[in-house]
Amino acid sequence: MNERTPVLDIVCHLILLLGAGLVCLPIYFVFVTGSLSQQEVMRVPLSWLPGDQFLTNTMTVLRSANFGRLLLNSFIVACGITVGKLAVSVIAAFAVTYFRFPFRLTAFWLIFMSLMLPIEVRIVPTYESAANVALPLNILGGWLGLQALVDLDWNMVNTYPGLILPLIASATATFLFRQFFLTVPDELCDAARIDGASAWQFFRLILLPLSRSNIVALAIILFLMGWNQYLWPLLLTTDPDMSTAVIGLKKLMPQSDSVPTWHLLMNAALLTMLPPTIIILLLQRWFVKGLVDSGK
Amino acid sequence: MPRLRWPFLRKPAASAGQPESGLKRAHFNEWRLPFWLLAPQLFILLLFFFIPSIRALVQAFQLTDPFGAMTQWVGFQNFERLFRSSVYWTSVQVTLVFTLAQNVLTLSVALLLAFATNHIARGRGAYRTVLLLPYAIAPAIAGIMLAFLFNPRVGPIAQMLQSAGFDWDPNRNSMHALALIVMAASWKHICYNYIFLVAALLSVPHSILESAYLDGAGPIQRFLRISLPMIAPTLFFLVVINFVYGLFETFAIVDATTRGGPAGSTSILVYKVYQDGFVTLDLGSSAAQSVVLMALALLLTFAQFRFVERRVNYSV
Repeated sequence: MNERTPVLDIVCHLILLLGAGLVCLPIYFVFVTGSLSQQEVMRVPLSWLPGDQFLTNTMTVLRSANFGRLLLNSFIVACGITVGKLAVSVIAAFAVTYFRFPFRLTAFWLIFMSLMLPIEVRIVPTYESAANVALPLNILGGWLGLQALVDLDWNMVNTYPGLILPLIASATATFLFRQFFLTVPDELCDAARIDGASAWQFFRLILLPLSRSNIVALAIILFLMGWNQYLWPLLLTTDPDMSTAVIGLKKLMPQSDSVPTWHLLMNAALLTMLPPTIIILLLQRWFVKGLVDSGK
Repeated sequence: MPRLRWPFLRKPAASAGQPESGLKRAHFNEWRLPFWLLAPQLFILLLFFFIPSIRALVQAFQLTDPFGAMTQWVGFQNFERLFRSSVYWTSVQVTLVFTLAQNVLTLSVALLLAFATNHIARGRGAYRTVLLLPYAIAPAIAGIMLAFLFNPRVGPIAQMLQSAGFDWDPNRNSMHALALIVMAASWKHICYNYIFLVAALLSVPHSILESAYLDGAGPIQRFLRISLPMIAPTLFFLVVINFVYGLFETFAIVDATTRGGPAGSTSILVYKVYQDGFVTLDLGSSAAQSVVLMALALLLTFAQFRFVERRVNYSV
C-alpha cells in the first residue's frame, strides 16, 4: 500500500500529542508543585514553572514524614510479593503439567477458583485471617470442645509476612507458566529422562532456564503491582513505621482542619512513582510482553 | 493493575498423545514431589482465600455486635436490611454510572489513540513510551494527582475552569465528584486498553487491508469496516476487564480523592463494603455486601469465558 494521507497523518499526530499531553500534564504538575514552597502553592494562579525548593522539600519528606523507611518497606514488600508469587506459581504449574497423580485436576481447579474472587470482595474475613493466622485452628478447637487447649494467637498485622504472604497465591501466574509448559516439546523431557535426570533435575536444569523470559516479563508486572497496591497495606498497617509509600501519601493528604502541605505531598508522590516509572521506561519491551501474556 | 487475572484457559490442542487435559505426554508418575510442589500455593489459598471466602458467606447470615461478643443466626435478615436500605441502592446506582462512564471513556479514548498509532509511520515508539506511563503509577497516586489538579482552591485546572465562569467544586457538587473519579480511573486505565488494542490492530492480516485498499477504501473506512470487526474479541475482553477494574480495583482512587463523598455520592460498592466493615463496623451488612460482590465477580468471570473464550472470530 502506498497511499498518501497528509491530512489524516497530521490529525493522528495531533491526537497522539494530545494524548501524551494529557498523560504528562498531571505528572508535570506533581513535579512543579513538589518544587514550590508552601506559600507559592497557595498563590492563585498556581505557577506553571518549577520553583527552587525541590531538594528542601525532599529532605523534609524523607526526614519528618519518614519516607525513607516507607520507600524501603514498599521495596521489601514488592520484592517479596514478586519472588514469592513466581516461586509458588512456577512449581505449582510444574506439578499440574508434568505429573500424573490423584487429585491433579482437583488441585488445578482449586487454584483456578481463586481467580474468581478478588480480595476486595472479602475484605473483612481476609483481614481477620491475617490478624490471627491460627484462627482456623481455634475454630476447629472450638468444635472439638478443646477450647482450653487450642487458643493460639499469631498476629500478622504490621509485619512483612502479613503484607506479603496473603498476596502470594496467584492463579494467573500459575496459568501463565502452565500455558508455557504445555508448549515445551515433550522430547526435552524424554531426553532428560534417558540421560537419567530426575523430575526435579529436569525442572531445575531445563524447564526453569527455558522459562527465563516469561519469568522476567511477569516479574516486572508483579513488582509494579506489589509496589502500587493500596487496600491490603491500608488495612494491615497501623504502625506508621510498617506502612508502604503509597499509604504514606494518604496520610500527607491535606485535611480540612490543618494547613495544606500540597508541596510535600507532591514531592513524596514523585518519589513514590519514580521506581516503577524507571522500571517501565527501561524494560518496556519485557513489560509489554508480560502484560499481553498475562492478559490472555 | 490491572490485576493479573482472567487468563484465557485455552484448551490444549487435542493431539493424539495427550492422555489427560493439561498433562504432558512425557510426564512423571509420582505423587510425593507434586504434593510438595503444590503445597505452598494451596496452603496460602486455604488460609487467605478459601477460609475467608467461606467465612464471608457464613457471616452474611449472622449478626455480630461491633465488639464481636455476641453472634447469632439471622437467616436472610442482613440481605433484607441491605436491599431495603436506600443508601445501598444509591451506591449501586453510583457504581453503575461510574463503571459505565469509565468504560466508555477509557475504551473510546484508547481506541482513538490506537488507531492513530497504527496509522502513523514514524514515532510510534516514542508515543507508546509516553502513553504507557500511567501503568507505572499507583491508582492512589493517579487519584491524588487529579484531586490536586481539580482542587477548587489550589488546582490549576480548577482555577482555569473557575476563571472561565464554571463553578467547579467536587467537594460540594456530587456530579463534579463523580466526574473526578471517572477521569482519574480512566487516566490510569487507558494505557492498559491501548496496549491490547495496538497489539490487536497489528495482528489484522495485511492481505485483507490491502485488498480493501485496492477496492478504494480509505484508512478510516478500512478501520471501521475491517479492523474493528476483526478485533471484536479484544474489544469484548477489554469491556469485561474494564468492568472488573471499575468494580473492584478503583477503591484506591475513591479513597484518595473523594472518600466516597460528598454525602455518599461517590461511594461505590467496594468502598461501601470497606466503610461498613471497618469504619461503621456493621459486620453483618458488610458481609452481605461481600456476598453480592462475590456473585458479581462470578458473573463477570462467567461472561469472560462465555464471550471471550468463544472468540468472535473471523480467522482467515
